[in-house]
Amino acid sequence: MFAYLIKRLIQMVLVLWVVSVIVFLMMSFTGDPVFMVVPIDATDAEIAQARRLLGLDQSLLVQYWKFLTSLLQGDFGRSYVFRQPAMTLILERMPATVEMVLVAMALAIAVAIPLGVYAGANPESRISRFIMAGSLLGISLPGFWVGMVLIYLFAVHWGVFPSSGRGDTAELWGIRISLLTWDGWHHIVLPAVTLSLGTMAIILRMTRAGMMEVGRQDFMKFARAKGATRSDVLYKHGLKNALIPVVTIFGLQLGDLIAFATITETIFSWPGMGKLLIDSIYRADRPVIVVYLMLVAFIFVVINFIVDIVYTMIDPRITLK
Amino acid sequence: MRDDSKTPLLAVRDLHTYFHTFAGTVKAVNGVSFEIGQGEVMGLVGESGGGKSVVGFSILGLIDSPGRIEAGEILLHGQDLVTAGEARLREIRGREISMVFQDPMTSLNPLHSVGRQMDEVLRLHSDLDAGARQKACVEMLESVGISRAAERLKAYPHQFSGGMRQRVVIAIAMLAGPRLIIADEPTTALDVTIQSQILKLMRRQIAETGASMILITHDLAVVSEMADHITVLYCGNVVERGRTRDLIANPAHPYTRGLIDSIPDTTHRQDRLRQIPGSVPDIRNLPRGCNFRDRCPRAQTLCAEQEPALTQQHGSLWAACHFPLAPGETA
Repeated sequence: MFAYLIKRLIQMVLVLWVVSVIVFLMMSFTGDPVFMVVPIDATDAEIAQARRLLGLDQSLLVQYWKFLTSLLQGDFGRSYVFRQPAMTLILERMPATVEMVLVAMALAIAVAIPLGVYAGANPESRISRFIMAGSLLGISLPGFWVGMVLIYLFAVHWGVFPSSGRGDTAELWGIRISLLTWDGWHHIVLPAVTLSLGTMAIILRMTRAGMMEVGRQDFMKFARAKGATRSDVLYKHGLKNALIPVVTIFGLQLGDLIAFATITETIFSWPGMGKLLIDSIYRADRPVIVVYLMLVAFIFVVINFIVDIVYTMIDPRITLK
Repeated sequence: MRDDSKTPLLAVRDLHTYFHTFAGTVKAVNGVSFEIGQGEVMGLVGESGGGKSVVGFSILGLIDSPGRIEAGEILLHGQDLVTAGEARLREIRGREISMVFQDPMTSLNPLHSVGRQMDEVLRLHSDLDAGARQKACVEMLESVGISRAAERLKAYPHQFSGGMRQRVVIAIAMLAGPRLIIADEPTTALDVTIQSQILKLMRRQIAETGASMILITHDLAVVSEMADHITVLYCGNVVERGRTRDLIANPAHPYTRGLIDSIPDTTHRQDRLRQIPGSVPDIRNLPRGCNFRDRCPRAQTLCAEQEPALTQQHGSLWAACHFPLAPGETA
């Protein structure tokens, strides 16, 4: 276990380093950030001064070296636009994104698992066909369109949910959280539903496929021959055996939504970190983008690590090596 | 004939189980009848695809779509299981009738510990508290010959060998003290050396508890050692039944004769194994008359015209054949 942890830690450092190199290289091709900072009528001297101030007058290699050395001292760089530490900017907006994603994922699981188990156990039934057709819609409808339809129906037409913003928040350990207020819940419903549909459909289909596979196994019939109820056979014996691919997808989707909930956040004006990423790209705010993408890589590595541990909790035949 | 003073524990009457597939209706079980008394062992014998396993699953009500019990009665102590509801069937499964499957590598859930899988039976079928259940599981594991039973309860199936897993399966089957065990090819997937151990274990278990057993197998050698009675199935029909000794020594049906003759004789050197020519006909559209006639050395025109009924033969035997073998006659 200890050797495994060390191995994973080294892997993580390598991944983060590779990401930083790639992002740094990519960013150097995407326009000159200086013109985003200086006024439109700036003189050449002012531009040169701004370039020197941002450290952009040096070669890319030197820039990267400076970035790396300050990184190792815990300094992730400052936003060109906000003149604040890039990490602080991102972390300030992270709770909003994370709570929306968590609600979306919980919703996806709560709907997808029971429906997937049902559709896998009764593949011939009419209800299953209906569920599967619905899941195809969930996969194929783009999030921005679903978001707009939901806003039209629930915010404009019926007026039951607000269409934008985070609503009231309450503070817990210095973090502002919408889920602690009724108004926050009211605001989170539409974006969370929008965000959950795709994941819901994927998890549903994975669960169904797994249950159909497991349903053919002898131990399912043996469990029934013991006198177990149908729901016990399906959930206690079947679902657990169908869960490995579902957990894998769940982890990937979780990371994906936290990192790139951008579109949903934009539609619902949700002040999350995805919106910060888009704004930073528009403004060529290189430090924020670099740190953002490294943070995303970090989140993925951590989620994968947790998923690996969950595997071993599900299946005793899997060990961490 | 059977001793009529015993009321049968289980009576299967004219059972029909069909599978409605796209390619046609498979009449897997097509009018099977038999009885088992308390404490008796009945061998259910036949080739692959003869409908043996379907009989076993029909008794427990575990026939899944597209299969269906079309007609017949399955009487457990006089109560018909075909018409019994799912709730009643769940009470019976595992408690009064339990099952041992063919492949111990796949019949245990790989993700649950052996203890949990045993405990499930007792939670379903007894009022014992957790401690008493644990004690019962340990005792049962010990009685099927697994040492350090208390420790092994925490182990998972993949930590056991095939023979050990089948012992666990038998332990699970015996746990609630069932009166009937349906063993579906319980030793087919095991090494030959393990086979006899498992058979001995099963014989001891049912002798100790007075349970009855239906031993489903294609192996007449196994069944002749274990069973009091044998029922031979062919194409979903009973072709012969009777006491084991009579049926093995002097079968009346040419099919049974063929099955017995195809057991390798180890006392004499044989150049070639004897076999029954041909294979089982397409069960989706069986021809008129006797299903075995194309493979039968004694077949005549009558066999193509009329299906033979089960009639009494010499000794304790009943056979469905127009031209049965007399004692000592070879086919």
